[in-house]
Amino acid sequence: MWKRDEAVRPPQPAPPAPSPATNNPPQAAAPRIDTNRPAERDTVNIGKSVIIKGDLSGSEDLTIEGQVEGKIELRQNVLTIGPNGKIKAAVFAKAVVIQGEVQGDITASERIDIRDAGSVDGDLSAPRIAIADGAHFRGSIDMQKTPGSSTKPTEVNKPAVETKPTALPVAAVPAAR
Amino acid sequence: MAGLFNWGGRKADTETVAPPPPKAASAQTPVPASERSTKVLPRFLAALAPIDSPVLLNLGPVVGQNIAFFGERLGCKIFVEDIAADLAASPPPVNEVKAFLEKRLPHTHGTIDGILCWDLFDLLDRATSQALAGHLARLLKPGGVLYAFFGATAAPITQLTRYIVAGPDSFELRLSPAPVPPKQRNVLVTRDINKMFEGLVVTESVLLKSNTRETLFRKPS
Repeated sequence: MWKRDEAVRPPQPAPPAPSPATNNPPQAAAPRIDTNRPAERDTVNIGKSVIIKGDLSGSEDLTIEGQVEGKIELRQNVLTIGPNGKIKAAVFAKAVVIQGEVQGDITASERIDIRDAGSVDGDLSAPRIAIADGAHFRGSIDMQKTPGSSTKPTEVNKPAVETKPTALPVAAVPAAR
Repeated sequence: MAGLFNWGGRKADTETVAPPPPKAASAQTPVPASERSTKVLPRFLAALAPIDSPVLLNLGPVVGQNIAFFGERLGCKIFVEDIAADLAASPPPVNEVKAFLEKRLPHTHGTIDGILCWDLFDLLDRATSQALAGHLARLLKPGGVLYAFFGATAAPITQLTRYIVAGPDSFELRLSPAPVPPKQRNVLVTRDINKMFEGLVVTESVLLKSNTRETLFRKPS
């Protein structure tokens, strides 16, 4: 049995050889990083010191740490309101993640997540909504049925429920408080 | 090694039999001790299930799990109004309670399909409870339902209870310390409850082991 192990070991020195082979993958991984970079470029940040008054629209994911008053439209993208973000606006997006303050109605075609430090005064409308314990919310919540859904919306929604696992843990964040 | 030799022995058998019980116990521990079953919540859900996009009024703190549960199950619109917190923060004078409620719950009368009161009435004084019950009865649609818990023990409230819906027929109770000094529970007997919710009919009432009455009201069509 021991001999077998030893027999196996010799190939291990070979690994150094494979390691150069693994050096190649890094080269192959390099393009991966490149592919990630454009993704990073697709997310725009509005910094803490920025104040925008008026309409804001675009086709890239957006993170707001500053202040926005007016209207925000990112119908095909994700809007993240960071912990320092303060929004007084009607918001339309594919998905909205709130860690800061929002005064205004939020409509999302996919989901809305209010994290434990998030605060919303306004009406929410989305097929999936997750509100963490400790989050402040005042308003109404409209979780529309998907078109063509039957009397059991839960089951119909399940396929689109890829967000469900994320939604539940978020709601489970309560442990934090 | 000694254990190896004991494998075949009778003593060893009894020892191996002994461990399972602790295993069974550990299997039970993950289940939250505060989880309670409910017979009334399924009735509440059943009453709302046939309605297309029902409108709910939740009179407790916002609980993400509950929002997700009712929203996904009923495809409903939910108004969240933490009345108890507002009343505790700035209690209106007795003669202004009605005006406060009209302002705080400005929904058009007869537009709400379901109301979730949880244990709100335990935290209010009699006059406020009376005014709120009347207001809620007016908000309900004919055929609408109201779900509430009423504590039957006259004791100071030292802990606040959050009812987290764990499933269609069970709750998880999450406790948090009540504000100091603790308020006395507003204990309502069945007669008081029926009188307060004049215009509504009690369709289900269950006295739980916790000495809390779980009640479902319906507004006659």
